[in-house]
Amino acid sequence: MLKYLTGKNSAGADELASPGRRGFIVGMAGAALTLAFARSPLSLANPDKAVAEGAFDPTVWYWIEPDGRVVVNIAKAEMGQHIGTALARIVADELEADWDQVELRYVDSDPKWGYMVTGGSWSVWQSFDQLSRAGAAGRSVLIEAGAKELGVKPEQCRARAGRVIAGNRSISYADLVRGGGISRSFTDEELKQMPIKPPSERRIIGGQTRALDIPGKVDGSTLYGLDARVDGMVYGRPIMPPTRYGSAVSSIDDSAAREIPGYRQTITLEDPSGTVPGWAMVIADSFHAANQAVERVAVKWSPGKTTGVHEQAVLDHGRKLIDAADQGVLVRDAGEVDQAFSDAAEILESEYITHGVLHFQLEPVNALALEKDGRWEIHTGNQWQSLIIPVLAKALQVPEDRIVMRTYLLGGGFGRRLNGDYAVPAALAAKAVGRPVKMVLTREDDALFDSIRSPSVQKIRMAFDGDGKITAMEHHATAGWPTQVMAPGFMADGINGKYDPFSIQGALHWYTMDGHRVRAISNDLANDTFRPGWLRSVGSGWVNWALESAMDEAAHKAGEDPIEFRLRRLKAQGINAGSAPNSVGGASRQANVLRRVRELSGWGGELPADTALGVATSYGQERNMPTWTACVARVRVDRDSGRPTVEKLFVVTDAGTIVHPDGARAQVEGAALWGLSMALHEGTTLRNGNVVDTNLNTYTPLRMRDVPDIDMEFVDSTETAVGLGEPATTVVGPAIANAIFAAVGVRMREIPIRPEAIRAELQRNQKA
Amino acid sequence: MPTEFKINARPVTVDVPDDTPLLWVIRDDLGYTGTKFGCGIGLCGACTVHVNGRATRSCITPVKDVANSVVTTIEGLAEKGHPLLETWVEAQTPQCGYCQPGQIMQAAAMLRDFPAPTDEQINQVMSGNLCRCMAYVRIREAIRMAARRMQAGSARPQEADHA
Repeated sequence: MLKYLTGKNSAGADELASPGRRGFIVGMAGAALTLAFARSPLSLANPDKAVAEGAFDPTVWYWIEPDGRVVVNIAKAEMGQHIGTALARIVADELEADWDQVELRYVDSDPKWGYMVTGGSWSVWQSFDQLSRAGAAGRSVLIEAGAKELGVKPEQCRARAGRVIAGNRSISYADLVRGGGISRSFTDEELKQMPIKPPSERRIIGGQTRALDIPGKVDGSTLYGLDARVDGMVYGRPIMPPTRYGSAVSSIDDSAAREIPGYRQTITLEDPSGTVPGWAMVIADSFHAANQAVERVAVKWSPGKTTGVHEQAVLDHGRKLIDAADQGVLVRDAGEVDQAFSDAAEILESEYITHGVLHFQLEPVNALALEKDGRWEIHTGNQWQSLIIPVLAKALQVPEDRIVMRTYLLGGGFGRRLNGDYAVPAALAAKAVGRPVKMVLTREDDALFDSIRSPSVQKIRMAFDGDGKITAMEHHATAGWPTQVMAPGFMADGINGKYDPFSIQGALHWYTMDGHRVRAISNDLANDTFRPGWLRSVGSGWVNWALESAMDEAAHKAGEDPIEFRLRRLKAQGINAGSAPNSVGGASRQANVLRRVRELSGWGGELPADTALGVATSYGQERNMPTWTACVARVRVDRDSGRPTVEKLFVVTDAGTIVHPDGARAQVEGAALWGLSMALHEGTTLRNGNVVDTNLNTYTPLRMRDVPDIDMEFVDSTETAVGLGEPATTVVGPAIANAIFAAVGVRMREIPIRPEAIRAELQRNQKA
Repeated sequence: MPTEFKINARPVTVDVPDDTPLLWVIRDDLGYTGTKFGCGIGLCGACTVHVNGRATRSCITPVKDVANSVVTTIEGLAEKGHPLLETWVEAQTPQCGYCQPGQIMQAAAMLRDFPAPTDEQINQVMSGNLCRCMAYVRIREAIRMAARRMQAGSARPQEADHA
């Protein structure tokens, strides 16, 4: 499905935000990129003016100011991954720019950026080639122009740090741009043919640097969606309906709110898009007034049909679906699975449960919406503009090209803002009251409206022959499917139907097995009760939890070392051999990170009582973009309380080329600690159709005091750069559970893992 | 009734309901948006400011409680300069950055109480501040670096926010 995601320029599309730019990007309409030139500087914040007054604008991805500053357009959401810095370094490397002169510009939604989505750990992987060639195109033109100025042939020139150099003479890019007269356009085909440098010639990629987005985040000057404001705006805060779907407002009595200074009115949102059924919205002059009013406005609803749905019902429904052989979609069915099970000497069968997880991105969702001259502006942080703009168009009943999303930095994404549903009520409210509305959700509202990571049920079965060899594996997984609910166009083709690829990734593992069956099942009760979301690593988060726990169970059953047991199956043969460009080396690279983490962690050494190491490994997010990841967790269990303490995490990652090494480390740190937090500290449940936990009084993500040492390593590689935001999330949970088993002999098959559960198992073992 | 106080060395008078949380006064009435809204119940620390030098959760502090007090936000701390702001950049601490002003304000107050904090003290004090990106390893490191620098006398906190 990634064909939808590559940044194709929409030829001839209207440029909402910058009509003045069209004249300079003449090549666009003819599916070409134009190298235009002019002069005069301007501010970072005003690119239209810059181009209109003539910077060097070789492709849509960057321009060079007459003073030499290189401004790189960033069409990805900046949400903590320092993606702007990574992408700009890709451009700068090929452009041979002076890094000190590189600036970032986060762009508003516009068809010219292609399909706008930031997720899946895709950004660097998706953009690397395109941005490299764009940089190379600019370099080739500058070298040509520089050669002319220096009176030599282009072949006699090279470019370095923003200068074209021939022998002992050189001219800066700034001088070339100021000099004027550079104009050249490349067709798409030419751009694709644009040669890029071999890895040995890279000077910026892979080098240490400071992220460009950090200073503003330290002095408080960075603007997030919550910081957006326009003249004349009023505040909106919703009164949440009793169910996510199917509720309808039957009456509103605001008589008790009318005395509140600044209170204006409470409206019922009419939503043709069906995004926020049953929402009422308080409108006030301040957020404080809106908050007070929400307490006093009495709303009655006819509720949706899920008011009585509890967690247990969703899990039980999942079990029922797994037991029904005709449910779900076969994603893989290789070898003689049924035969293997009927011939098996032994069968290992386990069920794994994960409970709901809140995104709890620290900035509660919010949006400022306004209409200006027949165009709608939505000011908010968002990860998937191309998904929500059509929904907004439906909600507002206007064409898509009348809507622009203004870009802000995100106070946390983690997939919550892939689902832009929060933009809709703000827009509807602004339309209803005829003025700009800034809608802010409180933390409790945010939790109730969250697209949580769905609870999941999985069953894994393994057949062993008389020699203790695995002859077949079955993996059945069911959960709410975000892609089915929100982006059905991205469903993938299975053997007998379409499935949500993001909800089963991880199961298509690189272990060689004769028989292998994977079945993905949408839990319709989950989908009806809440809106399931993409949350950091999505299905890979729960699927690998089950798979890597089961592999550990199998290793112990076979009496083998858990790492050896895995290594013997990571053979890089057949479908696991890997292929260019994304998975060169295949399973051998997964085996490599596993061997490295074995060394790093001192696997097999002596440890104190009730303390042990546990291992897990995964390919990260996708088979077509594998990030080879292995983790060892050192865990100590207190037998009296059952409390597990994660003392140390060892993580080895092979993500191919690392563009921004320090940013990569930060991503792995964050992802690993997310894995830990979800395994031991988070988790919520459904009661009466809603999540039970809505704030930090009961929802308890990892805090500093529980952060272990992290020892991490990256494999030095020049292979294709893949993703880093999520992979480490997928291995930490099962590594912890496997360590708990190794430490005290109890097998945890449910996350979050609670001390009471460990304690209960310990007591049961003692009695047995 | 109007409330008078000092914010970032500027005297201000705000005429908003007495029970308005200081957070929204700072952000929406006074325009200092570096102070963030996270949980609204004082448990995440994103809204942390200094009131008379003490770390204070502005989301649960009614504005009337800071009458005649001295309030400092991240903008004020940055203006005056503080070693934490340098070490925070050097350690490349923030990810999304949303909680970081609150983390820095909390850390600055802590370094007054514990100029040479142990890791245990850092963990205990800073565990009141949630970082959802889980940049904890670097938050800890940036605090250690700043403390060392301040102990060595090569840097001193410049903040003067006593009433």
